[in-house]
Amino acid sequence: MRHSATRPSPARRRSGDTLWFWIFVGPFAAGLALFTYVPLLWSVYLSFFDAHNTVSPTDFVGLDNYAAMLRDDAFTSSLATFAVFSLFIVPATYALALGLALMVNRIRRFQAFFRSVFFLPAACSYVVAALIWKMSIFSGVRFGLANTVLGWFGADQTAWLSTTHPPWYWLVIVTVRLWLQAGFYMILFLAGLQRVSPRLYEAAAVDGARPGWQVFRHITFPQLRTTSVAVVLLLVINAFQAFDEFYNLLSDARGYPPYARPPLVYLYYTALGQGQNLGMGSAGAVILALIIAVVTVFQARWFGLGRKETDA
Amino acid sequence: MRTPVKGGGRPEDALVRAGRALRAVVLVALALLFLLPFYLLVRNGLAAEQDITSPGWTFFPSTLHWSNVRELFDDPAVPMARSLLNSALIAVATSLGTLLLASLAGYGLARIPYRFAGQVFYAVIGTLMVPAAVTFVPSFVLVSSLGWVSSLRGLIVPTLFSGFACFVFRQFFTGFPRELEDAARVDGLGYWRTYWRIVVPNARPVFAAVGTIVFIGAWNSFLWPLVIGQDRQAWTVQVALSTFTTAQVVHLHELFVAAAVSIVPLVVVFLLLQRYIVAGVERSGIDD
Repeated sequence: MRHSATRPSPARRRSGDTLWFWIFVGPFAAGLALFTYVPLLWSVYLSFFDAHNTVSPTDFVGLDNYAAMLRDDAFTSSLATFAVFSLFIVPATYALALGLALMVNRIRRFQAFFRSVFFLPAACSYVVAALIWKMSIFSGVRFGLANTVLGWFGADQTAWLSTTHPPWYWLVIVTVRLWLQAGFYMILFLAGLQRVSPRLYEAAAVDGARPGWQVFRHITFPQLRTTSVAVVLLLVINAFQAFDEFYNLLSDARGYPPYARPPLVYLYYTALGQGQNLGMGSAGAVILALIIAVVTVFQARWFGLGRKETDA
Repeated sequence: MRTPVKGGGRPEDALVRAGRALRAVVLVALALLFLLPFYLLVRNGLAAEQDITSPGWTFFPSTLHWSNVRELFDDPAVPMARSLLNSALIAVATSLGTLLLASLAGYGLARIPYRFAGQVFYAVIGTLMVPAAVTFVPSFVLVSSLGWVSSLRGLIVPTLFSGFACFVFRQFFTGFPRELEDAARVDGLGYWRTYWRIVVPNARPVFAAVGTIVFIGAWNSFLWPLVIGQDRQAWTVQVALSTFTTAQVVHLHELFVAAAVSIVPLVVVFLLLQRYIVAGVERSGIDD
């Protein structure tokens, strides 16, 4: 992310460089400004107004929308849902992706085959995956695969998606995301593993470290630190944005159950559902963005994002 | 004397071999588990409806019904052909447009000297941290005030400006060897012709990697098409499938065959181009 190293020396400058810079960057920058920065600022603006069904509101309400959102049990519980969801999904995906990468990296034959198999779900959409999970694997009625297999062992039928005590629906939601995204992060870890110098492993062998846990703990894992930081950051941000699988797994023609409602789903219903409460929706979105920003910055500081991998 | 005969050697060798065998078993088991959902998709898509819903679930359906595919496209209740066409148009236009815009911007940021290039770059990567939740309400409002709701324009244009793609291109062009461009410069080529004649032909793997990721993302995206594609004519295949899964009465075999049809183009693109994704990740420093 340091740009100073790549800035060409003044000797390379030519007349008209500024014009050429904007010819190359201008169209993209204009689009980014219009479709990301304008909505962002508009969202902040709307959040201070009473905006039902309108995007050019006149009724300034100050921080009322924020206060209302923070007092709204449905919104705060959606934040709690997110927190619990990330506590499950981030470590689980991290561990699975790293484990897969380590195994695929070490295997001698069929490496490309296994890599493809684990990466292939990344080509599948949440909508399709949710369909398979909801209608085929974790279907509540008797034709589901999970209930069929459990039936062989004499277990009772479970209505996976509607059982909240114990919260079986979590099993469905977590496994679908795990299946879809583990392969992509495995690729990131594989790229990281490629960059670990073989000399470090040779040195470790000379020092008498046994292959396996010791080498992993003292060589491989520390060397993967920047990859790990990037993976955890992406996982948290993606978990925060969870929408597709919750929407497709849990809502049906009768509506949406009050449990397991992450922030984005709640904001979708608030802002674009029947109420069309754009002011409240925007306030919720800004609160969410602030939480993400704080978490991201804190995490980056905590893990030392930007430090070199070879510090050790 | 040490011999490489099986069963001989030191106990550590046996341990290493046992570890290797265990790893192979775990990998094969996980691979089967990862492939199972794909199998279920195809199995249910080609089964008769009662084979999906009957209590006695079997691994193989009793008979294969290839007619399910024709039935799906003949069903007037689902605009399947139209949705597939929309998704294809959106995915192709989005990936081509993103490649053009983001690669030009990435090249400009990496190679054209400009005093505020650093600030512009930070403005670009800053957008990577803006969650969809924050912008989807005003983006919807913006698109609806342009009159683009339920139109392909509304589904394509706002998604063309990917900070992620620009970031990847900029990282790649930064590490691109300068010698080729210097030679072009000696020949009197300006930035524009250098870019098209020298840089683009030498950057094909990165174009393929970014193009594939963007194509898959556009084909699979759900929230934006759900919000914008309100009219049936503007449904993407994901929105069409979703209206199936959230409906109360569904023909399951038709739903599964629709889902299976929806992933065929992607699996093909994916298997053809995935090595570029892997190479692209390794060469572009996406995870740095």
